[in-house]
Amino acid sequence: MKTLKDCQKACVVKVVKLNAKSDLKQRLISFGIMKEAVIEIIEHAPAKSTIEVQVGKMKIALRAEEAGLIEVQKI
Amino acid sequence: MNESTSKICPIIANHIKVALVGQPNVGKSMLINSISNAHLHVGNFSGVTVDKTEVLFDYKNHHFTVVDLPGTYAFTDYTIEERVTHKYLCAESYDLIINVVDSTNLAKNLQLTSELMSMSKDVVIALNMSDEAQKEGIEIDAEYMTQLLGVPCIKVSAQTKEGIDDLIDAVLTQYESEKQESKLIFSEAVEEEITVIVKYLEKHKYEANNSYRHVAINLLKNNPKTYKRIHENPIWTELQPILIEASRHVELHHDSDDIREAFAEEYASFNRGIVTEVVKQKKEQKEKTLTEKIDNVLIHQLFGIPIFLFFMWGLFQLTFEVGAIPMEYIDGFFAWLGDVVGATIANDDMRSLVVDGIIAGVGAIVLFTPNIIILFIGIALLEGTGYMSRVAFLLDGFFHKFGLHGQSFIPLVTGFGCSIPAYMSARILKNDRDRLLTLFIIGFMSCGAKLPVYVLFAGAFFSPEMAGNILFLIYIGGAMLGLIAAKILKLTAFKGEDEPFVMEMPKYRLPSVKLIWHTVLTKTMMYLKKAGTFIAAASILIWFLSNYPHNLELVQEYETKIEMAINEDEKIDFENQLAVEHLEQSYLGTIGKFSVPIFAPLGFDWKMSVALQAGLAAKEVVVSTLGVLYSLGADVDEEDSSLINAISKNISFPSAIAFIVVIMIYLPCLAASIVFTREAGGIRYFFYLLAFTSVTAYVMAYIAYNIVKLFSA
Repeated sequence: MKTLKDCQKACVVKVVKLNAKSDLKQRLISFGIMKEAVIEIIEHAPAKSTIEVQVGKMKIALRAEEAGLIEVQKI
Repeated sequence: MNESTSKICPIIANHIKVALVGQPNVGKSMLINSISNAHLHVGNFSGVTVDKTEVLFDYKNHHFTVVDLPGTYAFTDYTIEERVTHKYLCAESYDLIINVVDSTNLAKNLQLTSELMSMSKDVVIALNMSDEAQKEGIEIDAEYMTQLLGVPCIKVSAQTKEGIDDLIDAVLTQYESEKQESKLIFSEAVEEEITVIVKYLEKHKYEANNSYRHVAINLLKNNPKTYKRIHENPIWTELQPILIEASRHVELHHDSDDIREAFAEEYASFNRGIVTEVVKQKKEQKEKTLTEKIDNVLIHQLFGIPIFLFFMWGLFQLTFEVGAIPMEYIDGFFAWLGDVVGATIANDDMRSLVVDGIIAGVGAIVLFTPNIIILFIGIALLEGTGYMSRVAFLLDGFFHKFGLHGQSFIPLVTGFGCSIPAYMSARILKNDRDRLLTLFIIGFMSCGAKLPVYVLFAGAFFSPEMAGNILFLIYIGGAMLGLIAAKILKLTAFKGEDEPFVMEMPKYRLPSVKLIWHTVLTKTMMYLKKAGTFIAAASILIWFLSNYPHNLELVQEYETKIEMAINEDEKIDFENQLAVEHLEQSYLGTIGKFSVPIFAPLGFDWKMSVALQAGLAAKEVVVSTLGVLYSLGADVDEEDSSLINAISKNISFPSAIAFIVVIMIYLPCLAASIVFTREAGGIRYFFYLLAFTSVTAYVMAYIAYNIVKLFSA
């Protein structure tokens, strides 16, 4: 399954599933990253270690490891 | 309204306690500033690491207390802020909640609102930044929203102070009216189960403080408190299977075994409905926003980091260049103060205590105030504009390799200036373990006060052309050691899963001058007050240890010698000898001699041992102590060539290297240690730091001493 980590810049995807543990999952949800949410990839930090995405009007930075826990599909 | 505030509130007036809650970056601080501006009297009540601000005012014959709680995204305990807010909302007593939301991003903000609405308190929603929303073409129908949510929604702007009074009026009305059930509606599946549970509770006439609907929702959400209560009731045995069935239904509906996730989705879909109903976006903005344009440059894959480094370089240039200008005057002022005060005290001991002890010690701390103010302004700007989040984004990858967090960078760089503001700025790290790890590493960044020691030793043992490079090497070496130490600590003491890095990148904003002024002022006053009171005490201690016990015989012996001196030079010589012998037999000297065996493997004599221990008070003291001990009198500085000569003559090269290594690593000065202890949150952390730095310093110095000895032999 494709995750947010694999997405290229300017890609727009929809969240299918969150594979994160409870705490992190709550954190992601409180940021609006939940099932059905539409995410756009804005920018990668050097070495692609960190990703900036946009959910709704909010811009969020997250590590590649965390992005790898978010299953997405292209829309 | 001004006339009503000017009246003195009658004693019989009602007290209304309001909790101000909102997500981060919704302009809560600014709102409370606007409220307090209109109504005066701000008091600061600081907690351990997170500040709660209370504003007190009287309005329409009511006493108001507004408690500004730290920003929180949701009811979780993820960060210190969230923990403080969550605990306050659940455990403290207050009358109602003002929920501040960002009008330009309603959907996201309403997520917290839903959680607040499912509590048993009245809520008033402040639609903040309504002016900004208008500019962006967003129109919110506040009246309709009030109807839909069953909760008063008031448009306000903290910036223009619009609607502030309406907000307070709404709070008053809400306070005086009966508690209303909010109109939070869930999906069919959840509503169905709520009805089942409510019917059951009705049938058994369960005694509850809140409505049955409220109890039912809490049961479905696995609220521990509600469970605890109902668990003690005989109806529990029958209710349990119903609840199990209900949870299964809800989880099935959401295709998730996490009930919190399910409810978050419930809230989200309810909020989507609300937003569709009440928000009208006039023109869809296709063009890039200003924030996006700025970000194109500032977080550019290639240029982002160089631009940031340039900003930091600029900040430190400012801190130490501009900060140095008033330093001269402050130094002069304390010298003058010492003379003036000293002249009024007849008793020698008392004068020495006040002038050499207290005034000199406190003066040394006040001396750094300009640097600290500039640094705090810089940090407040970095934070207030939203640039800090970008830096964390850029640097997290590199720092993560060493077990540190992207935001660790700011305190670490600040540490090159002075450890005290560095420890304080570590507060920007939200996660406890990341913050503690960073606190432990800050000492490796050599602070400005260590520079004189380095200059002295580099000058004594290296050619002038090499000395500069050696200095650079010492600083870089310290930083590298710090990163390695971070990695080691992360693998041992701070072991555990990596903290995730999920962070909002807020819009760029120009923070108001007033807000920055307020932040900087509070922090600076805290620095002066705490470090000042403490330093006064520490100075007295060091002064006492190095001056007592008095040996009258010794003094008399030298006084006769000085009187019999043939010329000025010999007189000064004797005076210096007296100072040395006096220090040698003082408590500090005794301690120094006592500790010689400990430092012998590093090749230190008792003089170096004493200098090191005096450096525990402040690193600047190392040079002056060495000066006294090598019989030059206390008035020496790092460029004093005769001290350089004395050192290169009396200290072997390997010992000197070991000495530098110890200075680089060992415990920061007393004031910084106190700040460290406060920021880390307990005296035990101080002992951890003491053990960690002492062992590291000793081992590294021992290795350095023996390697250099091997090569120079």
